[in-house]
Amino acid sequence: MPLTEEHEIHTRRFGRNLGVGLLLAGFVALVFGLTVVKVKLIDPEIAAQEVRE
Amino acid sequence: MTDATVLDHEKEAGFGDYVALLKPRVMSLVVFTALVGLLVAPVSVHPIVGFASILFIAIGAGASGALNMWYDADIDQVMNRTKSRPVPSGKVTAGEAFAIGITLSVMAVIMLALAANLLAAGLLAFTIFFYAVVYTMWLKRWTPQNIVIGGAAGAFPPMIGWAAATGDITLASCLMFALIFMWTPPHFWALALFMKEDYSNAGVPMLTVTHGRKSTRTHILVYTILLVPFALGLGMTSIGGPIYLVASLAMNLWFVKGAIDIQRREESTAEADGYKAEKGFFRFSLYYLFLHFGALLVEATLRGYGMGGW
Repeated sequence: MPLTEEHEIHTRRFGRNLGVGLLLAGFVALVFGLTVVKVKLIDPEIAAQEVRE
Repeated sequence: MTDATVLDHEKEAGFGDYVALLKPRVMSLVVFTALVGLLVAPVSVHPIVGFASILFIAIGAGASGALNMWYDADIDQVMNRTKSRPVPSGKVTAGEAFAIGITLSVMAVIMLALAANLLAAGLLAFTIFFYAVVYTMWLKRWTPQNIVIGGAAGAFPPMIGWAAATGDITLASCLMFALIFMWTPPHFWALALFMKEDYSNAGVPMLTVTHGRKSTRTHILVYTILLVPFALGLGMTSIGGPIYLVASLAMNLWFVKGAIDIQRREESTAEADGYKAEKGFFRFSLYYLFLHFGALLVEATLRGYGMGGW
């Protein structure tokens, strides 16, 4: 069977896989956002420098 | 025939079934009360930190819901209200529900600690433990006071929201806890009065089953009266104000009146009119909680403009 062939299970589980994919992408974005905010909160100099630039 | 074709496709879980495992309706109440707890706190929180905190509190609450569905699959199967849930309907296995519950619990607590602080994370961990272990595994099948003590799990979210913002526990956050804690028994007992077959069939020692319906009606009245000082007391704290107090007074008068009506009703009268008063009381109890927290939010918003509060 060629690797590219779509099995029925791929279409059937598309919604579930898409949901999990979007959740993981959202989680990564949230952790990234939190990291940026935390770094700025911990070191206000970074935030101030950004404003100066 | 492949392995995949022997699966019952009708019963295969979709993404929505996994969401249902987290009890989204309960989650919405958790999100609302936790958000109010966070917003009325006298500390400003960065929007991303605030969003993340509420999200992880909600995920933690959802995870405890999944653990509840894992453990209670046998009870859920015989109750009309719960038999279409993902585990009893066969869409999600009990093992999957357990794995999702544990994984999301650990993830939510760790992430809340990183996003907010250790106190908020500790309170969330305790809430999950309290709901999944103390309430679900122990109290629910053992004592008719299950709702009273178990109500604490649902009462923690505003306290966690407050702790996420301020890093402390104060009288105001304790009173927000007390408001939900004292509200839970009359709310659920009213439900138990008109969902009577469900709890009897499942063998859950609900007050209506163990002490009878007349006693349950009296219990509703007693707990509704006990709720009043906590609801009004919250209005006297730093997060209260005249708008909250007036709204609270009006709602408490209405709520106590409803409880008196329920206490005075004969079972035959209730049955004849399809539990109209009980259903009305239950519906109003939802507005009662929503409006109390809504009024706190109004006070906090007005305080931002130099109005509101004391």
